[in-house]
Amino acid sequence: MNIDFKAPVLAVDTVVKRFGKTVAVNGLSLDIRENEFFALLGPSGCGKTTLLRMIAGFEVPDKGRIRLGGIDITEQAPEKRPLNLMFQSYALFPHMTVRQNLAYGLEMERLGKTEISARVEEMLKTTDLQALAERKPAELSGGQKQRVALARALIKRPKVLLLDEPLGALDKKLREKMQLELKRLQNEVGITFIIVTHDQEEALVMADRVAVLKDGSILQCGTPEEVYERPANRFVAGFIGVMNFIEGEIGSDALFRVGGEALACDLEGLKRNATAVLAARPENISLKPTGAGIAGTIVDVAYHGLDRQIYVKTALSPAPLQVRVAAIGPGVAAAQTGAIVSLGFDAAACRIFQD
Amino acid sequence: MANALRIKLAGRTILVLVFGFLYLPIAVLVLLSFNQSGLPTTWSGFSLRWYVSLAGNSDILHAAWNTLVVAIFATLIATVLGTMLAIGMETRKRKSTPLEALAFAPMVIPDIVLAVALLTLFSRLNVTMGLHTIIVSHVIFDLAFVCSVVRARLKNFDFSIVEASRDLGASSFTTFWRITFPVLLPAVVAGALLAFTLSVDEFIIAFFTSGAGRSSITLPMQIYSMIRFGVTPEINALATIVMGVSAAALLISQWLNKEQMTR
Repeated sequence: MNIDFKAPVLAVDTVVKRFGKTVAVNGLSLDIRENEFFALLGPSGCGKTTLLRMIAGFEVPDKGRIRLGGIDITEQAPEKRPLNLMFQSYALFPHMTVRQNLAYGLEMERLGKTEISARVEEMLKTTDLQALAERKPAELSGGQKQRVALARALIKRPKVLLLDEPLGALDKKLREKMQLELKRLQNEVGITFIIVTHDQEEALVMADRVAVLKDGSILQCGTPEEVYERPANRFVAGFIGVMNFIEGEIGSDALFRVGGEALACDLEGLKRNATAVLAARPENISLKPTGAGIAGTIVDVAYHGLDRQIYVKTALSPAPLQVRVAAIGPGVAAAQTGAIVSLGFDAAACRIFQD
Repeated sequence: MANALRIKLAGRTILVLVFGFLYLPIAVLVLLSFNQSGLPTTWSGFSLRWYVSLAGNSDILHAAWNTLVVAIFATLIATVLGTMLAIGMETRKRKSTPLEALAFAPMVIPDIVLAVALLTLFSRLNVTMGLHTIIVSHVIFDLAFVCSVVRARLKNFDFSIVEASRDLGASSFTTFWRITFPVLLPAVVAGALLAFTLSVDEFIIAFFTSGAGRSSITLPMQIYSMIRFGVTPEINALATIVMGVSAAALLISQWLNKEQMTR
């Protein structure tokens, strides 16, 4: 990766947006760097779409400023902003062909006919839409519509491209293909992408940086590795990927105690002699020889090809713990429903939270 | 089984009788308008002579011209206003029930009530009545029909295309003319044709608001005054033409509505 991260191209500065009594965005600040693939991730109602609409100009913040390339655009009309939005519903113009849809944005810039048709042709080629150029949106499949919507926004060569749940309407297979396709395109055109999604997998796969939103605030902002491996709080830990939560307590000896085990976890900034919650990924729990570790019974085994997710009922938590076991290697033979097993934690990889 | 068959048969019979009662007189009327002899009792061969004699009747031509003027102007005004009303009502964030009721009241208020009310209003304001008062009166109920047709289309209109247009650099004015209006056009035309049809064969309101004298008489009023001296083959011919025009406009209107729904 030789992405050149420069100064922030887009700065969101303590923005507040209320709808009646509900606070959609609550004093949120964010710096997006040039050429970055940035993901706004959060459950529905977390304010991510409102934030995107404020950046695009369809909502005006109650407080705070939004700057694009150093210029304040907080109150600028959407048609004046040098950024474009790809709509969740694609919002293709139904009465125009694919070619006309693409040309529309350039016609608004009052470019010459020859330049418009040259750029439309080029974009049709980049997005592999040449064969569909004369079709109307009603004659396109979901994936094709998605590509047209993307092409129509990209052709304007915006400083920043905003994507509102761009893959939400596609089926799983196509979605995975388009995730890589979007990433490739972003690399190719060198435009800053800000994507809104509720799908954590999508955010982790595509983005350079992810901001996790809840109730109009950012809980954590960092690379996919950071938010996955070092979640800042319990919500982020539970929202990203699969996570087991186990109640325990921190002793005076700076060890986390759970079910007779004492784990040397990172306890920085946490209170001693108090209860806490252990967050462990399925890959941070391993099967141990019987006798050692925590005893449990396998209640279910889910086959995932290269590995298996086993569900182990223990005395530690009401819900069974999810444990990942490699399909090849030790432990596979023992991983049968009903089997009694012993579990061990990778203390260094686990996180402890006190709420 | 036999029972079910009998019920089905009875249903069919009732259906045929009802439709027969409705459409047989119309069919006979159309047929008689092409009858050589003027007698409704005997068929003496196909002829267009009643249509020819119609073309020579200056009273009828005058009334037809008036009807056309009223229908065209009322349709134009009602289409512009009705479309604007529909867009305004659908894009408002706050839905207003009183406004809805007001917009659609002319569709349900009996024509005679509307006619008397308008006549009272015009005479109270000392307005000289004529074609212009008929036009204003027709706009009132045409507006409600245009508005309801356009609103039906707006119910499944994807407003994000309006935002997409702004996002791509178009002003709200450009957006309206290049995006919103072309997408709504089939519904607007359908509404206009419906309004035109309603206006062409409207009798009561035109009768009340046309003022004294024969100068602003419309076709339905002309037919009414002719029929008092008996049904002549000429009336049959005239009614056939009016029906033809109305039916054509209505069919196109419905076809446009269907067309846009399947898109």
